[in-house]
Amino acid sequence: MSDVMAPLDGARFDGLVTVEALPAQGQITLRCEVSDDYRAKLSGLLGLAFPEPRKAVSDGDRALLWMSPDELLLLLPYDEVPEMLARLEETFPNWILLAVDVSDARAHFRLSGAPLRDVLSKLVPADMAPGAFVPGDVKRSKLAQVAAGIWLRGPEEAQLFCFRSVADYAFRVLATAAEPGGEVGFHGT
Amino acid sequence: MSTRLAKGGRLTDRSKQIGFTFNGKRFTGFAGDTLASALLANDQMLLGRSFKYHRPRGVVASGAEEPNALVGLGQGARFEPDQRATTTELFDGLVADSQNHWPSLEFDVGEVNAKLARFLPAGFYYKTFLWPRAFWKHLYEPVIRRSAGLGKAPHPEVRDIDRYEHFHAHVDLLIVGGGVAGLQAAKAAGAAGAQVLLIEQGAHWGGRAPVDGGTIDGMAAADWVARTVAELETMENVRLRLRCMGAGVYDHGYVLGYERVTDHKPGAHGPRHRLWRIRCKQIVAATGAIERPLSFAGNDVPGVMLASALRDYVVNYGVSAGDRTVVVTNNDDAYRTAIVLKKAGLAVPVILDARPLGGGALMEEARALGIRVEPGRGIAKVLGGKRVTGVATCLQAGEGSVLEEIPCDAVAMSGGWSPVVHLWSHCGGKLAWDAENAVFRPDPTRAPTGADGAPFLGTAGAASGAFHLSDTLADAEKAAVAAAEALGHAATAAPPQAEAASEAALLPVWLMPQGARAELRMKAFLDYQNDVKVSDVQLAAREGYESVEHTKRYTTLGMATDQGKLSNINGLAVLSDALGTPVPQVGTTTFRPPYTPISFGAIAGEARGEIFQPLRRTPMQDLHESNHAAWEPVGQWRRPYCYPHPGEAKRDAVNREINATRQSLGILDASTLGKILVKGPDAGRFLDMMYTNMMSTLPVGKCRYGLMCNENGFLMDDGVVVRLSEDSWLCHTTSGGADHVHAHMEDWLQCEWWDWKVFTANLTEQYAQIAVVGPNARNLLETLGGMDVSKEALPFMTWAEGALAGTPARVYRISFSGELSYEIAVPANRGRAFWGKLLEAGRAWDITPYGTEALHVMRAEKGFIMIGDESDGTVIPQDLGLSWAISKKKADFLGKRAQERTDMARDDRWQLVGLETLDGSVLPDGAYAIAPGRNANGQRNTQGRVTSTYYSPTLKKGIAMGLVRHGPDRMGEVLGFTAEEQDHTDDKPTLVEARIVSPVFYDPEGEKQNV
Repeated sequence: MSDVMAPLDGARFDGLVTVEALPAQGQITLRCEVSDDYRAKLSGLLGLAFPEPRKAVSDGDRALLWMSPDELLLLLPYDEVPEMLARLEETFPNWILLAVDVSDARAHFRLSGAPLRDVLSKLVPADMAPGAFVPGDVKRSKLAQVAAGIWLRGPEEAQLFCFRSVADYAFRVLATAAEPGGEVGFHGT
Repeated sequence: MSTRLAKGGRLTDRSKQIGFTFNGKRFTGFAGDTLASALLANDQMLLGRSFKYHRPRGVVASGAEEPNALVGLGQGARFEPDQRATTTELFDGLVADSQNHWPSLEFDVGEVNAKLARFLPAGFYYKTFLWPRAFWKHLYEPVIRRSAGLGKAPHPEVRDIDRYEHFHAHVDLLIVGGGVAGLQAAKAAGAAGAQVLLIEQGAHWGGRAPVDGGTIDGMAAADWVARTVAELETMENVRLRLRCMGAGVYDHGYVLGYERVTDHKPGAHGPRHRLWRIRCKQIVAATGAIERPLSFAGNDVPGVMLASALRDYVVNYGVSAGDRTVVVTNNDDAYRTAIVLKKAGLAVPVILDARPLGGGALMEEARALGIRVEPGRGIAKVLGGKRVTGVATCLQAGEGSVLEEIPCDAVAMSGGWSPVVHLWSHCGGKLAWDAENAVFRPDPTRAPTGADGAPFLGTAGAASGAFHLSDTLADAEKAAVAAAEALGHAATAAPPQAEAASEAALLPVWLMPQGARAELRMKAFLDYQNDVKVSDVQLAAREGYESVEHTKRYTTLGMATDQGKLSNINGLAVLSDALGTPVPQVGTTTFRPPYTPISFGAIAGEARGEIFQPLRRTPMQDLHESNHAAWEPVGQWRRPYCYPHPGEAKRDAVNREINATRQSLGILDASTLGKILVKGPDAGRFLDMMYTNMMSTLPVGKCRYGLMCNENGFLMDDGVVVRLSEDSWLCHTTSGGADHVHAHMEDWLQCEWWDWKVFTANLTEQYAQIAVVGPNARNLLETLGGMDVSKEALPFMTWAEGALAGTPARVYRISFSGELSYEIAVPANRGRAFWGKLLEAGRAWDITPYGTEALHVMRAEKGFIMIGDESDGTVIPQDLGLSWAISKKKADFLGKRAQERTDMARDDRWQLVGLETLDGSVLPDGAYAIAPGRNANGQRNTQGRVTSTYYSPTLKKGIAMGLVRHGPDRMGEVLGFTAEEQDHTDDKPTLVEARIVSPVFYDPEGEKQNV
């Protein structure tokens, strides 16, 4: 495992919010036309409910994120990916389904702190207001100039992911937006 | 002289003194002052010189509309030109300098232009400097550029030290303008339940009402404002923002707000400006109105100010522009200034009211205070140069014969008020001419509309033309109710009771006196900043300019940084008069965002320095950095161009890397190559459409080079396609093309072939990909161990999956260099470690990392094309000798039909060949092959061009590829290519001779790669 190096692993910035680069995260992209059968089989396999549009469901170290009408992102421990791919194969034999390991393709960050929504609003064009983005929601939007996904995990905590090649850029723009003195006080904090 | 009064100043705190300098002189002001009010308090009336005639100019206004009082603000890394003194809040240590003067503000050489004013009329640039032609570039333009213009640009080497940011806000209702109308609208819409954001460009709520007086709900306006703001602050669904200007309104309810966060406290933590990118469903523009100047001779002499500004300075800052002020007006509002001045203990020698019968209640009030009122009179001319010393009065109805000369220090002028219709107009709102008030105001029947065809922006208060306080609040209530209802909230109008003195009708006055003689009209300024006078607009009309847009550009009326806030209506009224066309038919020029200039910093936001743009990094990027790579931008990637040793030139490094690779072993970071997974029962059929060659027949375990064309037939991308399994393929793309190719595939799948059973996934970043190249490549992989990479187990153009040195890997036996070569894909998180293992194990063969330039040269030595070099969006595969990669069997593929068009199929298209100079030198990139004769434009004919050219260390000479007419049929022929250095006056071009050869310079039989 010492060979495995997640982008920016361990990087941290403490400002208006805390930005932490997370260690290697197992990730599987699932693309399939959604049907009741698919929902049932997938939920059965994962022990997770099937997420509603723009939502995430999670239990322990597993989560299932809605990415688009035919795409989900499964988060799980990094080492469990090969086995899970094999079990997906068993569960969906001859299905028109794409299940592929993207664990190394994306970088994940944890953002935490009271002004979370204000900091995100400096970089993300999507609505970060409490009424429009509630814990459990996933938004695929932009972080300044790059594509990013944001999963709101709690009232003051989000998990943000982007392509690994721009992890450094993402970390820097987040740190800039979280620089003290830049308080906005728009989203109520 | 202008001075600080003994008392007064609603916005200033006299207990807090603030020191600042202007043109190096030290001054003192009070907390709450603007730079303009503090300068006036120190008798600094002269603030700058005008653009064209260098006439002395002073403060005219008290707000955003100020055309004259522009200063260079700050120093060094905080210097900014053209800052309005009237909207600059005073802070301790502020440094300001006047602009556009030489050698000094008091004595300016350029003022001679004013003496020549009769020779510098409208359009004089176009008329005067036509001949002799050569003089324009070397004499006229430099001189004009030096004498014209306003502030100077910051020093090119100095960097702005402040930071800036954006903020995305989504609200139901945005209200722009925090005067009483905006406050009332926020209150009403907030009470109805709407989510409201109220922004105000200034540092204070309440707008003009506290200065202009009147009562609201029985309270003084200022008290009502304080109470309403306090009330709004308790409402959870209402947000308030000061120092935030509504800069522009765009389609779909998108608004830019410009917040000046720390302009009033430079150096404070945090961003200087914040650009608000607001998406809202409804907008109410409560942007107020701007007072119009009157056009009389000398209306630009320092000391002539807008009547409203004069009373602002007295009431808000306790500053008077002079002891004796003559008021000149065509309406009742200006009487408020006379009354304020008189009550402050200042003298008002006379009110000149252009209306034959004068005004109403306010006139009576002024008379009761003992002020002399002269109806039917106007100003013939202002006396004084650098400041007002008096006025010569005349009959408004006459031609300007002087009746009386009245000494004074200041002139308060008012030509009526124009609603600020900018935001209304930005997104298509139309205006109606209101003859009674002589204003263009928003026409509610032609509002800006959204995607649903319904209005999304309304105006409130003075911005609607509802000037009188009682009308203002009722109009604001109406706008708020309309917006709230459009948002689905129930609301009923209940405006507060407002009272103010009744006002008599205004008389439109576009020129004073109405029959002013030529010498007066030549001194009657419309646009202060651009020095446009009444006579200029009249001249334009005489010369045939009928469109207001053309007149604007010919005379430069309204083209300065103030964008005609004071001059627009006066100018077009003069034009209308000169043309004999009614004002509404003449119309206005176009209102464009931003309302007032916003900083470039705010537009850039956080995007500067290291985060100016995203720089994509491969998993091995920091290893390349510590290996001193020289970089080449490839899309948003930075790829190592080469790895120079200490003291080694890049050229030498490239040659060393190529030789080492060809002779022993090299490795390349190829992680940036696009990798797109295509899977599903229809994937083969889909790829047969995407690529020109057949991909569906590729056996599992094999690789095939493919070409991708767009629907116009032009070559778009290339790369190796890998058959992973029965129903899945992995498509490699160029580094810069990955995102585009993926989007291209999804476009066709989602829009055209939505019923095909295919899924794609962009796996570019999942893998670190490393090319291991050279005669010892196999030895290295065998040393790492774990997979059989022998010729038999893994022949050319096949792939295998396994683990190398314990790292999960997919190994592709492909080559872009002509050598024995493997590309190895490992999980990106392991890329860094794997690269290290390769370097470690490769020491025995002197393993050499090589960069993109070595890659390019080795490709070129083999005659392989490069997307972006050999292709440029106009090249088809057939031009590049790639017909072998275009399927003849397939019924269709993207580009097939286009390639059958006459121009694509003609036989004299330029085609790919190799080029070898006769002297071994390197041909210039992009050089043209000359053909005999000249074309219709007198240009030399051409018959080909160089598409890529390098020094080949392998062959020890220059090699090139190029496209040449009938090229492949002309092997051995020598062509003349244009040399780098050309003598432009010589009719005979300097040429480099090169012979047409096969583009495959190295190992044409492919023996090296196939071992």
